[in-house]
Amino acid sequence: MAEAQGGRSLVVDAVTHRYPSGALAVENINLDVKGGEIIALLGPSGCGKTTLLRIIAGFIAQSQGRIIIGDDIVDALPPNRRAVGIVFQNYALFPHLSISENVGYGLAARGIDKATRQREAQRLLELVQLPAMAERLPRQLSGGQQQRVALARALAIKPSILLLDEPFAALDKNLRLDMQIEIKRLQRVSGITTLIVTHDQEEALSMADRVAVLGHGKLEQFGTPSDVYDRPQTLFVNTFVGSSNRMPGVVISADRTAAKVRLDAGAEIIARPAGGVLTEGGRVTVCIRPEHLQFVGDETGFAGVVGMSLPLGATVVHEVTTADGSGVKISQARIGETRALESGAAVRLAPLAPSLANAFPATL
Amino acid sequence: MGAAPASRDVTSYGMGLAAPLALFFLFFFVAPLLQLLWLSLHNDTAALHWGLGQYLHFLTDPFSLSVLGSTLLLGAEVTAVCLVLGFPIAWLYQRVGPRLQTIIILIVLLPLLTSVVVRTFAWIVILGRQGIINATLQSLGIIDTPLKLLYTQFGVVIALAQVQMPLMTLPLITALGRIDPNLDDASCSLGAGSWRTFFRIVLPLSLPGVIAGCTLTYAAAITAFITQSLIGGGQMLFMPMYLYQQASTLQNWPFASAISIIFLLAVLAVVSVFTTLGRLSRGYGGA
Repeated sequence: MAEAQGGRSLVVDAVTHRYPSGALAVENINLDVKGGEIIALLGPSGCGKTTLLRIIAGFIAQSQGRIIIGDDIVDALPPNRRAVGIVFQNYALFPHLSISENVGYGLAARGIDKATRQREAQRLLELVQLPAMAERLPRQLSGGQQQRVALARALAIKPSILLLDEPFAALDKNLRLDMQIEIKRLQRVSGITTLIVTHDQEEALSMADRVAVLGHGKLEQFGTPSDVYDRPQTLFVNTFVGSSNRMPGVVISADRTAAKVRLDAGAEIIARPAGGVLTEGGRVTVCIRPEHLQFVGDETGFAGVVGMSLPLGATVVHEVTTADGSGVKISQARIGETRALESGAAVRLAPLAPSLANAFPATL
Repeated sequence: MGAAPASRDVTSYGMGLAAPLALFFLFFFVAPLLQLLWLSLHNDTAALHWGLGQYLHFLTDPFSLSVLGSTLLLGAEVTAVCLVLGFPIAWLYQRVGPRLQTIIILIVLLPLLTSVVVRTFAWIVILGRQGIINATLQSLGIIDTPLKLLYTQFGVVIALAQVQMPLMTLPLITALGRIDPNLDDASCSLGAGSWRTFFRIVLPLSLPGVIAGCTLTYAAAITAFITQSLIGGGQMLFMPMYLYQQASTLQNWPFASAISIIFLLAVLAVVSVFTTLGRLSRGYGGA
């Protein structure tokens, strides 16, 4: 039955929340989530993403703005009447109730009789692949199993929206990947609109149809994972999502699609104006990802001296000190015999393509 | 639930260190208790003739049984009052800011900082014929003649409840503080209202604290010699005073000993009922 629940849309309309102290927790957040989508709310800790989750769930009443689920404005509804399923970071399973009672708890609150409850709980436990655990207590289960139970419990009430708060933070790395696949599978089966709050960008990029990047209470960018990764709209997004070299420079000439920038490190490169209009002579910060840099043999690019090389399995990261003294990281795929670089070797670097260097107006 | 091998080592070291206390208990608790038992098994005050006469006397004497009954009932009433009044305080404590928490804990602990005798006399001032309650009600014209509050079961229960309140509140505060606040939110998000959350989640998970608080309050209330005697006056007789009269006034030491043993067994029985109730509920020992 949970599967039959089509995903309902979620609109976060100009939501602002102030703490009682007056400080802004989130400011003017607009999200338009289609039914059945997986959205990741991505941001560093303290960026307001958990506050936003609690506003959607109804635990916090926002200062301004509206939350609309499907066709209903839910601002006046308390959490227990919003039908929003939540999987908490620490799972928050009821320690004194059996797994079956945990899963059936929401149904009991709706006055559904015991036999139906048990049948439904069993069906959901089969869905999350834990059919034999019904009579156990939560503490007898592993972390991954507890999370599956928490998921089954949230799905049992046939929620219109599923909220996951840092769902994988407490799991070890191997289990994390399994659970990511598992949640994605369950989401596809149930078609339920899902919001994942996370500070882990890999998680956000791999799980979500669209990613909302939050920084300091503001929505920095809301787009597909490739938009966010390849075409970041702000310097914050560019540096928070993936790793990035920040290189200061001056604009020589610019139009809407390309800008010629003289880097302080000593080279002229073509970059993509990413955060609005660039003015000639203005200071900019150019972001280039380590994997978008290459070693060049000729006189193009900028010069540097190799400091340290870190072999990270599939890639090798070299740290290069440029002429202006700043450090730049370059990552190379390890294909065949990669030439080992001596520490102190003089090299020249250039971006792989102009579209892979993003120029943002420098804010000072 | 510590690691077994490590804790065994620690215990074997600890035994030697615990010896002074063990000896202390042996001489000043176990030995007198055995002496008490020995004394109670004599039929005459001189303790020359062995027999179960004292126990038979107590158990066949309606007056003695009524004193035992009213004492156990008193304990139950005080415990119930403390639980009903103490739970909201403990619950509130977990939901207010740190500044209010300090104030609440101060109010809870304040009774412990004054002598029981002083507190009991304060209750006499409050409950007396010309006491604060009667004076207020009369001046408001609500009653014509003073209510009899002092020297009544009601008066004893109220005074004892106030005196023993910290013993209930402190374990409850601890138990409620151990409950993950996310469980409240989880219950709420699953559609449960406040009452369902309270009875299905908060109350079962706070049971260890409830049991501990009830046991302490009960044991303290039924043995509270001073408060029972002063507020109850001569008109209400409870086990501690009954025992005192037999031993001190009537010099009937074997009967007093038998009363002690019976009282002890009765209290142990009630306490073990509390503990069993706790074990039966699955919240007990839950994480």
